[in-house]
Amino acid sequence: MNTTVLEAVHITKYFHDPLDIQVLKDINFYLNRSEFVSVIGKSGCGKSTLLYILSTMDTDYEGDLLIDGVSMRQKKEAELARVRNEKIGFVFQFHYLLNEFTVLRNVMLPGLKLGLHSEAEIEHRAYEKLKILGIEQEALKRPNQLSGGQKQRVAIARALINDPLIIMGDEPTGNLDKKNSEIVFEIFKELAEVYHQTLLIVTHDNEFAARTQRIIEMEDGKIIRQ
Amino acid sequence: MIKFKLIAGISLSLLLARWKQTLVAAIGVTFSITMFIALLSFMGGLNSLLDGLIVNRTAHVRLYNEILPSRQQPVEQSDDFKNKYAFIHSIKPRNERLEIRNSGAVIAAIRKDPRVVGIAPKVTTQVFYNVGSIELMGVVNGIDPEAENRLFAFSEYVTTGNFMDLKNVPNSIILGKAAAEKMLANVGDVIQVTTSNGERMSLKVVGYYQSGLQEVDKVQSYASIATTQKLLGETNSYITDIQVKLKDILQAPAMAKEYGQLFDVEAMDIQTANAQFETGSFIRTLISYAVGITLLIVAGFGIYNILNMMIYEKMDSIAILKATGFSGKDVNHIFIAIALSIGVFGGFLGLVFGFGLSAAIDQIPFNTPALPTIKTYPVDYNPNFYIIATVFSILTTYFAGYFPSRKASRIDPVIIIRGK
Ligand SMILES: Nc1ncnc2c1ncn2[C@@H]1O[C@H](COP(=O)(O)OP(=O)(O)O)[C@@H](O)[C@H]1O
Ligand SMILES: [Mg+2]
Repeated sequence: MNTTVLEAVHITKYFHDPLDIQVLKDINFYLNRSEFVSVIGKSGCGKSTLLYILSTMDTDYEGDLLIDGVSMRQKKEAELARVRNEKIGFVFQFHYLLNEFTVLRNVMLPGLKLGLHSEAEIEHRAYEKLKILGIEQEALKRPNQLSGGQKQRVAIARALINDPLIIMGDEPTGNLDKKNSEIVFEIFKELAEVYHQTLLIVTHDNEFAARTQRIIEMEDGKIIRQ
Repeated sequence: MIKFKLIAGISLSLLLARWKQTLVAAIGVTFSITMFIALLSFMGGLNSLLDGLIVNRTAHVRLYNEILPSRQQPVEQSDDFKNKYAFIHSIKPRNERLEIRNSGAVIAAIRKDPRVVGIAPKVTTQVFYNVGSIELMGVVNGIDPEAENRLFAFSEYVTTGNFMDLKNVPNSIILGKAAAEKMLANVGDVIQVTTSNGERMSLKVVGYYQSGLQEVDKVQSYASIATTQKLLGETNSYITDIQVKLKDILQAPAMAKEYGQLFDVEAMDIQTANAQFETGSFIRTLISYAVGITLLIVAGFGIYNILNMMIYEKMDSIAILKATGFSGKDVNHIFIAIALSIGVFGGFLGLVFGFGLSAAIDQIPFNTPALPTIKTYPVDYNPNFYIIATVFSILTTYFAGYFPSRKASRIDPVIIIRGK
């Protein structure tokens, strides 16, 4: 079962402000189903920029992006939102939970947006995800009552709610201490091994990267090793 | 449905998280709608009161004769001068009587008209009231008291005495209050009047008449048709005015024209006779609307501010909603829903308070000699005001929410997330 879930084809990106600079130079790579891949490279080499393009949030680039074999080039804003909702789970360095809602509701929101299941069913699934991450007893708390590590785990649960094709992470352990980083890494590993989840995680922690299945190394907007 | 619930739920949470500011914005809407309703109801009440004075108390169409020069001069009827211009100087009015010719037949014809509620014939004549050696100018209106009261609320003007005495007491008169005061004539006294022909007659005062307009009350007085005809030495078919009340007042101008041609008399419709009152009502209504809408626009800016503040504070939340699959349209709907719920909630309270304030105004005593039947300030509980207020509150809040919501929907999550 080695099907491609994501393919970057000659992706090139420029920033025009303040000067014209090319941040991504002809990026080509595949991501296969159930792969746990890390992206490393020095700060400023274009990792985040690439990830925003791969997650369909940034549409200002050249080249093409195929997700599940479908080109993202011609899609409209609402269609891309649907792709993100259904197929991509995103974990940021900062957790981005909504303090107006409970932890449970935060996890449920993308599921409610997708609308495939009833609200009760989505709630049940949200509890399951929180259980995988070991924080189901925090479900009814507000995000601001949780520790940094717990918040990041809630964010991962939220990324999982719609059983996405790919989980993308932009330095998800960047803000965490050693112990919590370890917990988060173990969770990713478990997702990959037990649930065969496809993962694409940007990190500058080489130790973290060394333990993933494949490393993509970037330098100056180019992939130098994969 | 589930999507609507989701958007509404998110809106509500954002709104409750900032409930104090939201409440202030909603109070702004409530205040403006309250004032809008109260103002319009009060102005509406005042307008219909003033209109009522005119509409209920004057003829919708009045038929009469006026002493005018002939419309067609004899030279124009001669064949010899066809296609010629005639310059005629010093035309004098034709010698004609003020009587409506064939009044019995005219009255019978109008009575049969299904568009007519009723008619009241009248004989008007100028007189002098004799007070000792002094003569005061006056006008005696010979009326049918029953018809006059039924159609034009005559009894409301008769502040002292019973209007039916005009019919029941022979040779009786109801004097204008100001005229009576001048003549020192009490009810029960007998006064002398002289007509322009020099006829003289004694009339018994049976009441006072008060319209509230001093100039009118100094001159006008009322007697029965028969008494007036006797005063003038005319037969009982002598009628100078026919007052017609219509079912639909809006038909008055057209029907005046029709009757004028049909019966060959002058016909005046109420709209032409009282054009200035309509203008007054219109201006008052216009001012009320302008003030009300200004208040609403100010409230709209309140909503605009709170939304802009919310969007500024919730940039991160908007970014993450978009990153997890909410489209720009969804975000737009969330903020429009916030604006509309402020508008609907504030507006609904405004309708309730507006009704309350109108009811309070309705309780304030308001006594004026001109309007003996009015005891409190007039209020018009017109449902249209409430409908208009609802529509306007929703429209203004929608527009107040439109630009902030559009701004929110265009937030680029990449810029927000990268900024961290
Ligand atoms: N909005 C922007 N305008 C101009 N240059 C930018 C912008 N965002 C990022 N860059 C530049 O693009 C390069 C790549 O940034 P980034 O993708 O964030 O690197 P990384 O995530 O690998 O640290 C950096 O040199 C950065 O300064
Ligand atoms: Mg980065």
